[in-house]
Amino acid sequence: MYTPEMLESIKIVEQTRPRRLKETFPRLTPEEKDRLLRSFHPDHMPDAQRPVRVGPNKGDKMPHEHVGLLESRSMLDPDAFSLDRVDYDVDVLVIGGGGAGTSAALMAQEAGASVLLATKLRHGDANTMMAQGGIQAADKENDSPAIHYLDVMGGGGFSNIPELVAALVLDAPLCIQWLESLGCMFSKFPDGTMNTIHGGGTSRKRMHFAHDYTGAEIMRTLRDEARNRGIPVLEFSPAVELLTDEHGQCAGAVLFNLETQQYLVVRARTVIIATGGCGRLHIGGFPTTNHYGATADGLVMAYRAGAKLIFLEATQFHPTGVAFPEQILGQLVTEKVRGLGAQLVNAEGEQFVYPLETRDAVSSAIIRECRERGKGITTPSGRQGVWLDSPMIDIIHGKGTIERELPAMVRQYRRFNIDMTQQPILVYPTLHYQNGGILINERAETGVPNLYVAGEASGGVHGRNRLMGNSLLDIIVFGRRAGTNAAARAKTVQLGRLTLDHVRRFHEELAREGLLGQRTAPILLPDYRGRIV
Amino acid sequence: MAEEKEMVSIYIMGKQYRVPYGVTIMKAMEYAGYRFIRGCGCRGGFCGACGTVYRKPGDFRLKVGLACQTVVEDGMHLTQIPFYPANKATYNLEELTPTLATLLRHYPEMTRCLGCNSCTRICPQELQVMDYMAAAQRGDIAKAAHMSFDCLMCGLCASRCPAEIVQYNVALLARRLYGRHVAPRAEHLARRVEEIKAGKFDAEIERLMKMDRLELQKLYDARDIEP
Ligand SMILES: Cc1cc2nc3c(=O)[nH]c(=O)nc-3n(C[C@H](O)[C@H](O)[C@H](O)COP(=O)(O)OP(=O)(O)OC[C@H]3O[C@@H](n4cnc5c(N)ncnc54)[C@H](O)[C@@H]3O)c2cc1C
Ligand code: FES
Repeated sequence: MYTPEMLESIKIVEQTRPRRLKETFPRLTPEEKDRLLRSFHPDHMPDAQRPVRVGPNKGDKMPHEHVGLLESRSMLDPDAFSLDRVDYDVDVLVIGGGGAGTSAALMAQEAGASVLLATKLRHGDANTMMAQGGIQAADKENDSPAIHYLDVMGGGGFSNIPELVAALVLDAPLCIQWLESLGCMFSKFPDGTMNTIHGGGTSRKRMHFAHDYTGAEIMRTLRDEARNRGIPVLEFSPAVELLTDEHGQCAGAVLFNLETQQYLVVRARTVIIATGGCGRLHIGGFPTTNHYGATADGLVMAYRAGAKLIFLEATQFHPTGVAFPEQILGQLVTEKVRGLGAQLVNAEGEQFVYPLETRDAVSSAIIRECRERGKGITTPSGRQGVWLDSPMIDIIHGKGTIERELPAMVRQYRRFNIDMTQQPILVYPTLHYQNGGILINERAETGVPNLYVAGEASGGVHGRNRLMGNSLLDIIVFGRRAGTNAAARAKTVQLGRLTLDHVRRFHEELAREGLLGQRTAPILLPDYRGRIV
Repeated sequence: MAEEKEMVSIYIMGKQYRVPYGVTIMKAMEYAGYRFIRGCGCRGGFCGACGTVYRKPGDFRLKVGLACQTVVEDGMHLTQIPFYPANKATYNLEELTPTLATLLRHYPEMTRCLGCNSCTRICPQELQVMDYMAAAQRGDIAKAAHMSFDCLMCGLCASRCPAEIVQYNVALLARRLYGRHVAPRAEHLARRVEEIKAGKFDAEIERLMKMDRLELQKLYDARDIEP
C-alpha cells in the first residue's frame, strides 16, 4: 500500500502519462553513455574496489566485498584437521545444486561415473529457480549461432573469451532440445514452434521462455530427473574447502553439515564447482535479487587451490529492483516490463532515460536521477526510487496484457496491496549477477588439475557484461560439458594422498602480507540477525 | 526521514518477540535473532522453502503462507514447516505414456480425494489445486499441466490433505509428461541441431573467433535487428 505522499506523486505520473505515451526519449550517444557510466555506475564509484594482495590475482582490483573474502583464512586449521577418515569416495563430486550443478551431475552419471552432489540449502534452492525472463538459443530460420555469437560479444564489450562464446552458441540448440526431451514445458505455439522474444541486446527473437517461471521450470525438471535417476544428494552440506593431493591436483572437498555441525571428507577424482553467484555479499551496500546462499563460496575455495579469477571488477546491477514495498526490497522487476512499453519516470512525472538502454546505463541513469538531480521518490524508510509506469502496458497493448504476460509480478505486488495494472511501481538498481568468476576453458576446466567449474561461479563467457537469457544457457552448456569431461577424466586420474597443503601455503602467504586475521571464508550464509534486510 | 517504526508482538513457536510492523515473517524472524538454515531459499516467492503455519489472535483457524511473502501481524503465532516427508514416485520419463493409467500407477492415492478443497484454499499461489487434481483424475494431462504450472512445490497442499495426496508431485509428473509426450516437438529446433552436428556453422564461427575487436565491433554495429 502506497503512502499518501507516494499517492500524490503518482497523480503527477498519471497527469503526464497521455503526453508520454506519444513520446520517445532519445537514446544515449556513445559519449553520453560513457560519461554516465563513469560518473554513476557502482563499479566506478571511487573507493568501491581495491587490489587483492594475495593469490593468483594478486594486484587485481575487485570490489571490497570480494577482496575481504579472498584475504580471509580457512574455516579449517590445515595442521590440525584430520583427513584420515574418508566419508565418501566418488568419481565426481559436484558442489552446488542449482541448474549448472544438476546438469553436470546428470551428465557425469550418464557417462558412467559415480557422482555425489553436495549443496548448501535444499536441492534447487538456487538462483536458477528465480530466473523469470528466458533462455537464449539461435534455433529459428532467420537466426544462426554466428549472429548469436556477435550479440554475446557485443554485450560483453568484446572482452569475452572467444572459445567459450563459440561453445555457448553452438551448444545452445542442443541444450534446449535436451531440456525439451526432459519434458520442460517451454511456451510454444500449437504446432510446436517455440515462442521466442527479444531480450536486451539481442538482434533476433531468440529468448525461449516458460511463462515467467523459466528458471523454475528448468530447475524442477532437472531436479526431478536427478531424483529419478537416483543421484545421491547431500542437502544442507556446503563445501568449505577443496582438498588437494601432494601433486597439487584437486582431490575432493570438505563439507560441513549445517545441521549437525560436523565435517565430512569427500575424496573425489574430479570436482565440479557450481556454487553460483555472490548477491548476498551486498556489494556496494546494494540489495540483491539473489537467493539466500549466493555468497561466492566457490570463488574463495578455488582461489586458495590456485585457480585464477576473471572479470570480478564488473558486477551486474539490474536497473529495476523493487524499491517499495520494503518487504520485497531488491527483488527483480523483470526487463519484460520495460520491453512491453513501461517508461521510467521521475518525481516530476518526466522520463529521463530511454527505457531499453543496456542494464548498466539504465542503472546509472536511475542513480543519477536520485542522487545528483534529487528527482527520486523517497520511501518511508528513507530509500530512493523512480517510477516504472506499468499501467502503460495495458494502455498500449490492451487490457489484460499485464495479467497475462506477467502473472508472477502481478501476484507479487498484489500480496502487498499494490495493483501494478493500475498504479506505477517504484524501482531502484539491485545487485543481480556476477559477470566474472573462476576462469575456465571450453572444457569447463580450470588451471587446477581435476577441478572444473560451471555456471555463474565461472568467468569468461560473458566478458564484463552478461545479456539476459545467456546465463540460464551458460549453466546448461557448461554444466553438461563439466559433467561429461569430469566423468571422462575421472577414469584415468591417479590420486595421491589427501592434503590441505594449499590451505597451509595460502595461510603462509596471508601471514607474509600481514593479513592472517580471524575472519574466515567462505561465509556460507549471510547474517541478518537483529536487522531487517 | 525514516519514520518511527511501530513494533508488534509475534510468537515464534510460542515465544514472544517484538518486531517491526509491516515486515515479512522471514525478516521478522531474522530481526528476532534467527539465522535460517532451513526454511529460507530464494527469499522471493519462487522456491517454496518457507512454508509457515500461523494463527491470528481471536481466530481458531490455522492459516498458512510463505514466510518471505507474508507480513506479520500483532499477536500472530507461527511456526515454519521446513520439511514434509511427502511421497515421490520415481520413473523413467522416456518410457511412460501420457495417460491416466500412468498417473495412477505412480500415485494410486490420487483417487482418495474427498473433494474437501483444502488444497485450493491453502495454496499461496492461488492455484485451483483441487480442480487440477480433478483434471488429472480424468486423465486430462494437458489441463493438469497448464493449471499447475505456477506451482512452487512448497508442499502446503499436501500438508493439509486428509487423503494424503501429494498434489505437487502428481502435477510435476503431469507437466513432465506433457512437455515430453504431449506438446509437439519444435521442428525448427531439431533441424538446427542437425545442422550444427553437421558442422554447418563451424567455418563462420571460426572466422568470427579470429577477428579482432575492431572488426567485430564493425560487424556488430552494422547488424540488422529483427523488428
Ligand atoms: C531473480 C533472478 C532472475 C534471473 N533471470 C534470468 C533470466 O531471465 N535469464 C537468464 O539467463 N538468467 C537469469 N538470471 C541468472 C541465472 O538465473 C543465474 O545466473 C543462474 O541460474 C545460475 O545458475 P548456477 O547453477 O550457476 O547457480 P545457482 O542456480 O545459484 O546454484 C548454485 C547452488 O550452489 C549452492 N551453493 C552455494 N555455495 C555452496 C557451497 N559452498 N557448497 C555447496 N553448495 C553451494 C547454492 O545454494 C545453490 O543451490 C536470473 C537470476 C536471478 C537471481
Ligand atoms: S524463500 Fe523461496 S518461496 Fe519463500
